Amino acid sequence: MGNAFRNKDGKYIDYTQILRFTFDGKIYQGYKGDTLASALLANGVHLLGRSFKYHRPRGIVAAGADEPNALVTVQRDHARTTPNVKATQVELYEGLIAESQNRWPNLRFDVGALNTLISNFIPAGFYYKTFMWPRQAWGKFYEPFIRGVAGLGVAPTEADPDRYSQRFAHCDVLVVGAGRAGLAAAMEAAEKGLRVLICDEQNMFGGSLLSNADVQSTESLLQTMEKLHQYSKVTCLKRTIAFGYFPHNMIGLCERLTEHLPNPAKGDVRERLWQVRARHVILATGALERPLVFPGNDRPGVMLAGAARTYLNRYGVLPGKNIACVVGHDNGYLAALELQQAGATIAVIADVRTKPVGRYIEQARQAGLPIRSGMTVTGTGGYRRVRNISVAPIVNGNIDASDTIRCDTVLMTGGYTPSVHLFSQSRGKLEWKSEQNAYIPSQSTENLSSVGSAAGLAGNDRGVIGALPMTNKSTAFVDWQNDVTVKDIDLATREGFHSIEHIKRYTTSGMATDQGKTSNINTLGIVSNILQKPVPEIGLTTFRMPYTPVSFGIFAGFARGDLFDPVRTTPMHSWAIEQNAVFEDVSLWKRARYFPRNSESMNEAVARECLAVRASCGLFDASTLGKIEVVGPDAAEFLNRMYINAWSKLTVGKCRYGVLCREDGFVMDDGVVGRLATDRFHLTTTTGGAARVLAMMEDYLQTEWQDLQVWLTSTTEQWAVIAVQGPRARDIIAPLISGIDISAHAFPHMSIGEGTIHGITMRLMRVSFTGELGYEINVPADHGRAIWEAIYEAGQAHGITPYGTEAMHVLRAEKGYVIIGQETDGTATPDDVGLSWAIGKAKPDYVGKRALIRQAMQAPTRKQLVGLLTLDDQVVLEEGAQICATAANTPPMQLIGHVTSSYYSATLGRSIALAMVAGGRTCYGKTLYVLMPSAAIPVTLTAPVFYDEKGEQVNG
Amino acid sequence: MLLIKCPYCGERSELEFSYGGQAHIVRPLIPSDITDEALTEYLYHRDNIKGVQAERWRHLHGCGRFFNAVRDTTTDHFQATYKIGEAQPASGAKSDG
Ligand SMILES: [Zn+2]
Repeated sequence: MGNAFRNKDGKYIDYTQILRFTFDGKIYQGYKGDTLASALLANGVHLLGRSFKYHRPRGIVAAGADEPNALVTVQRDHARTTPNVKATQVELYEGLIAESQNRWPNLRFDVGALNTLISNFIPAGFYYKTFMWPRQAWGKFYEPFIRGVAGLGVAPTEADPDRYSQRFAHCDVLVVGAGRAGLAAAMEAAEKGLRVLICDEQNMFGGSLLSNADVQSTESLLQTMEKLHQYSKVTCLKRTIAFGYFPHNMIGLCERLTEHLPNPAKGDVRERLWQVRARHVILATGALERPLVFPGNDRPGVMLAGAARTYLNRYGVLPGKNIACVVGHDNGYLAALELQQAGATIAVIADVRTKPVGRYIEQARQAGLPIRSGMTVTGTGGYRRVRNISVAPIVNGNIDASDTIRCDTVLMTGGYTPSVHLFSQSRGKLEWKSEQNAYIPSQSTENLSSVGSAAGLAGNDRGVIGALPMTNKSTAFVDWQNDVTVKDIDLATREGFHSIEHIKRYTTSGMATDQGKTSNINTLGIVSNILQKPVPEIGLTTFRMPYTPVSFGIFAGFARGDLFDPVRTTPMHSWAIEQNAVFEDVSLWKRARYFPRNSESMNEAVARECLAVRASCGLFDASTLGKIEVVGPDAAEFLNRMYINAWSKLTVGKCRYGVLCREDGFVMDDGVVGRLATDRFHLTTTTGGAARVLAMMEDYLQTEWQDLQVWLTSTTEQWAVIAVQGPRARDIIAPLISGIDISAHAFPHMSIGEGTIHGITMRLMRVSFTGELGYEINVPADHGRAIWEAIYEAGQAHGITPYGTEAMHVLRAEKGYVIIGQETDGTATPDDVGLSWAIGKAKPDYVGKRALIRQAMQAPTRKQLVGLLTLDDQVVLEEGAQICATAANTPPMQLIGHVTSSYYSATLGRSIALAMVAGGRTCYGKTLYVLMPSAAIPVTLTAPVFYDEKGEQVNG
Repeated sequence: MLLIKCPYCGERSELEFSYGGQAHIVRPLIPSDITDEALTEYLYHRDNIKGVQAERWRHLHGCGRFFNAVRDTTTDHFQATYKIGEAQPASGAKSDG
């Protein structure tokens, strides 16, 4: 069969360029300018797929984005397999490979079609009703079964290798749709000298003009295009859909750049997301043709009349040779006339209206076409292709005896529905026009206008909506893609679903990937008829984006792989890599977790690192700590109001541990604040809290305390921070430092000073998160690695050992130092975690002070920070495990706390844990039970400090 | 995506801003003096208006300044943006949307 249905009059077909393609493994020929749908029709192929639920044979209904049936998979390779694309929108190229979907073992013989036979037993809501019980069977049986038989295409099996780009654009006027009205609007704006962007989903501009037979429309189209291209401020985007209308005239466009090419070059951008901000938007989105609802209207060969005109005039393809027309709109006569002109036989024109009058009807009469009015359709015949249609007159409101007429194609038309999707997405109000049987744009909230048939139809161009009179409702399809019939809607209304929102969800009408482009208005008409209520009283479902499906690729854009999230690394990162550090992610940072030597396990490495810190000295990269420079005459007062601590008496050259609460009294962050001058502080935050703390401080400074003269600067990335911790720390760094006397009496614990190290400017803080004598050396980030290496070198004689975050965690837990976000969870007060000593009690105010005096915040039964020691000292508890007062592991049990930190401590030769336990501080010595998967583990409650209780080491 | 007029920088894309919740909630001058009820009101109770509301924004990835805005939540239209400390401009009860 070689293009048996093709003539030489397709206006936009290049007959000199023959293209070969395969569909379901069979090779066909088409021409440049074809879509997959037009090329298949030219070859007499109407059967393109199986339906979603009943696996009924399905063909091509439409010629564009409204196609509900002809979904195929287009395959380039395993990674470039695109399922569920509409054959009507696939541009043909040499070597195109397409496959039908939802059929097994093949399209012509499909086992799932058994569902057709039992379709009477799969009514609306069937899945809800049948598969609800027993519940366990859902995941094991029902869902896999349903997914197996009811499905569309299959996703590609390999990662997408293509490039997707994103672009922002601004314009005075964005025109969506390049048909007659859109082009005219674009021309008008261009002539005014405005910046214009006009887009259309098709591969060429022209819209419905492309479907016309007359030569005039082609001529005027070419002229307009030529003029439009002369304006430098006009951008024309073809193959570009406007998929979403966002607030403030932001329109999302998806431009397809390589889908139509036989061999896209490697690295070419496949699709581009345009985020267009337009001063004014003109919606010229046209109107969609409405199908008629009658029994057997889903058989391959049943097609929209307007679509048939497009295939004939644009592509030179006759959908059939013996054509029956069922019409509710004059457009059906035009289709019949043009097809007869092209050599087809018109078997019948069954008009569902009683007394149709109009220009095309008169022409059809004069051409001798067999017109019958006041008709309905009682059914169609044929299996893989329609073979006949039965029509019957309506006499006194009853269906009379029917005639069966042979045909190979049935054209149907119920008229047109303005495409108001984008208008509705813009939150514009729609208004029902009963004389047009259509919702049309009314008040808009955005700066936009609708033009052409998107704004409404001419005069009383109402056509028909709803279902034709019928008795057999189970094969009269309203929604082809989701297999929803009149019977389903009938049933839903009888079961009490009267709101269109409920009917939509219960029947799934309009919920398929075509978003109800062909089905929504007919569903409304049917419900209106059943409930005997006017359409506006039924309600209208929301039009949601996207207008047609778009790929995930455009949203991801370049944000994939290494570019998915920024990676933050410290100045010493490269050194850690060279030392074979194992890293962990802490917010966006990569932090060295431990430094394994030879074949050490993590536990072995961490034990070695901990012991080294306690015995001699460790070297730790603390650069990720948030750092903020607080400057100004009121800096101390500002800190007084922010932190729970008192700062006024902190002298220059001293540091203090600070705790930040939120206004609700719960601990938010902590860190060290050092005073460099009366009006200058250097403060640190947790790694993850840096941005949050700065934002909170700015908030108070800008909105509540405008009286304060304080300036905040984030210095997190300006300083590399090297922690040198352990009894030998001073010995190691002293020879490198000048400008500060760091002897024990001159520079005691919690001192801060400025000097140089190895010739580089330095801020030195004597602080400890390990419980040992320790320093945190801040140097400009550029010098971080050099100074780190200098210290490492100087420490060799003392056994200096680099350690990672895991050892840091163990060391601080041995001391009972909390980590915000680990011990605290956003509901812990300073007192809960043993930090009430930090509160400046004499201060009249600080953030959180008022909330902390609420009764509930001081209840003795609140969870409090405690230590846990397992009776078996080698058992390491699970962090997050719940704690119970009794060993009886029989629910219901009262849970009185949870484990927050748990490690094996090499220093102590046993396991340790921190926990939050209700009223825990009054229960030291008591035995509690930690619920672990294996058993309830007995533990003894202790104070939350396991090493150097008196805190003497830090003063070394 | 909203187009927001920062009172300091002019119109910028929503991408540059962070939302800051209801505006004109004033921190008590001396919080210690207020009742539990007043504290609860201050900390937790927020309006959820279908219509015109005053709200806080911050031009986080721009000038970093906080400012206030009057927005109609049904249309997303901003009626005004203004600096911290300025009074909320008078507006219609509900915009035409
Ligand atoms: Zn700004």
